[in-house]
Amino acid sequence: MADKVLMKGNEAIAEAAILAGCRHYFGYPITPQTEIAAYMAKKMPKIGGCFLQAESEIASINMVYGASAAGFRVMTSSSSPGISLKSEGLSYLAGSDIPAFVVNVQRGGPGLGGIQPSQSDYFQATKGGGHGDYKMIVLAPASVQEMASLTVKGFNLADKYLMTAMILADGTIGQMMEPVSFEEMKIETYEKPWALSGTNCEREHNILNSLYLKPDELEAKNFERYERYKLVEENEAMWEEYETEDAEFCLVAFGIAARVAKNAVVAARKEGIKVGLLRPITLWPFPKKPLLALADQVKGFISVELSMGQMIEDIRLATECKKPVALCNRVGGMIPTPENILDSIRKAQKGEF
Amino acid sequence: MEHKRLTLFAGHYGTGKTNIAVNYALFLRRLGKKVCIADLDIVNPYFRTKDSAEELERAGIDLISPQYANTNVDLPALPAEAYRLVEDKNCYGVMDIGGDDRGAYALGRYVPYIIKENNYRMVYVANCYRPLTRTVDDALEVMAEIEQACGLRFTDIVNNSNLGEETTAETVLNSLDFINKLSERSGLPIFLHSAKASACEALEGKLSPLLPLHLQERYFDLPQEGGF
Repeated sequence: MADKVLMKGNEAIAEAAILAGCRHYFGYPITPQTEIAAYMAKKMPKIGGCFLQAESEIASINMVYGASAAGFRVMTSSSSPGISLKSEGLSYLAGSDIPAFVVNVQRGGPGLGGIQPSQSDYFQATKGGGHGDYKMIVLAPASVQEMASLTVKGFNLADKYLMTAMILADGTIGQMMEPVSFEEMKIETYEKPWALSGTNCEREHNILNSLYLKPDELEAKNFERYERYKLVEENEAMWEEYETEDAEFCLVAFGIAARVAKNAVVAARKEGIKVGLLRPITLWPFPKKPLLALADQVKGFISVELSMGQMIEDIRLATECKKPVALCNRVGGMIPTPENILDSIRKAQKGEF
Repeated sequence: MEHKRLTLFAGHYGTGKTNIAVNYALFLRRLGKKVCIADLDIVNPYFRTKDSAEELERAGIDLISPQYANTNVDLPALPAEAYRLVEDKNCYGVMDIGGDDRGAYALGRYVPYIIKENNYRMVYVANCYRPLTRTVDDALEVMAEIEQACGLRFTDIVNNSNLGEETTAETVLNSLDFINKLSERSGLPIFLHSAKASACEALEGKLSPLLPLHLQERYFDLPQEGGF
């Protein structure tokens, strides 16, 4: 108990990033993630790090590009509209195959939307956002503790696979406070022979670039990149299953929605309905294998989302449309109550999807 | 315990200022006093005094809060009626100030009135489990920053050291060394200890005065295992 501190989800990300060796933070404030920047502004000068509030989101993601190219662990954070602005830079990072750590604490959209929690950037995070063929590792914390542990994990994976790792959180997890422990965080370090760190006249100079003049070279680079992505899909999917063993219906939910869904599982089981929950912890790679296995067991799935039906498409693809998938959602900053989800479960039991 | 006409709660953000302000206002009301509470938080658009609007209204407490509190408009503006708190000397006023020095700037405009009346407590809310105010030195630094921003010196300390939902009596008792040192080094008395109501039973007789806090309930925690 003594080692625990009480933190906001946003602060936990900042502290964990520092622990993971991040000494460069570039960002631009936006609710509901500004505490990340505020925490970095307070802490970085005390530990010899760099906190820089850029003139815009676009400038900050390009500073991340530069610092990462130089071989440093670096991050930026924003919320939905700010991530749209950063998307060009995310594509350039992917095209140059260098690591980055990016946080999106989502708010309601589209447009300027609102400052209340949302999960409606699911497509943007998992299907691209920026242009071109690329993927990001997308991590979806459901607690303040996971904001910390998945931040460390994100830095590790980004360096390992030379990709951007993104925390896709929602305003609730960003703002709420829970006790956190920073023990048992495994920090992995990787050699960066590709970094623009100075040759000392001892090696050929490195070039990091996303421009290819010859189409066959660019094609080869894309194929090579997707071989790497295949490894990530095979090895890095993370999920949690709750009461799925004998489940006849399976809720699928991540982040704050998964916490409410867990309560709905408990309530439904009190009514005698056998319900379980699969919580994706990585949204890309999506936990396809356990979902496909559950498709042979359950009568149907319910996608619980704070969006208009985004993850539901991945559930249908993962389960090869073997069973019906219902949508239970609230949007615009609203969060479903356990009762909302229970209604969907009761309907599913009657065969209404 | 002597209750001043005005009680101001300030401190590092996330230490529980709003929760204490609301519970202290309810406490004053139960003593039969006419109470008015004002939300002067210009920093954080979430977790506001207004979240407790219904309970405050039921208790007959006057709530002054910014027009756009709890909406999507993240506008750091204060209502003109907040002046009522310093002008209407027939009520006991409770002021919930925003976190850190940035939040305390908003208090500055009321300070000349507060000093002139000279019947107030300026309370520093301490939580030694918050990462940026874990040590006495860190807490003293935050106190000095707040005093400089608003132009008013602290007169008291509230010990609200807690670990949120996981707070036990032991959590609070383990903070005593910190809070006593903070009191000694700042020269300020400990006005109150506060803790969530369920932890207070085991603290009766050990800490005084003790203010039990009734927290906003969260429906995404599993009662049997405390969520994820």
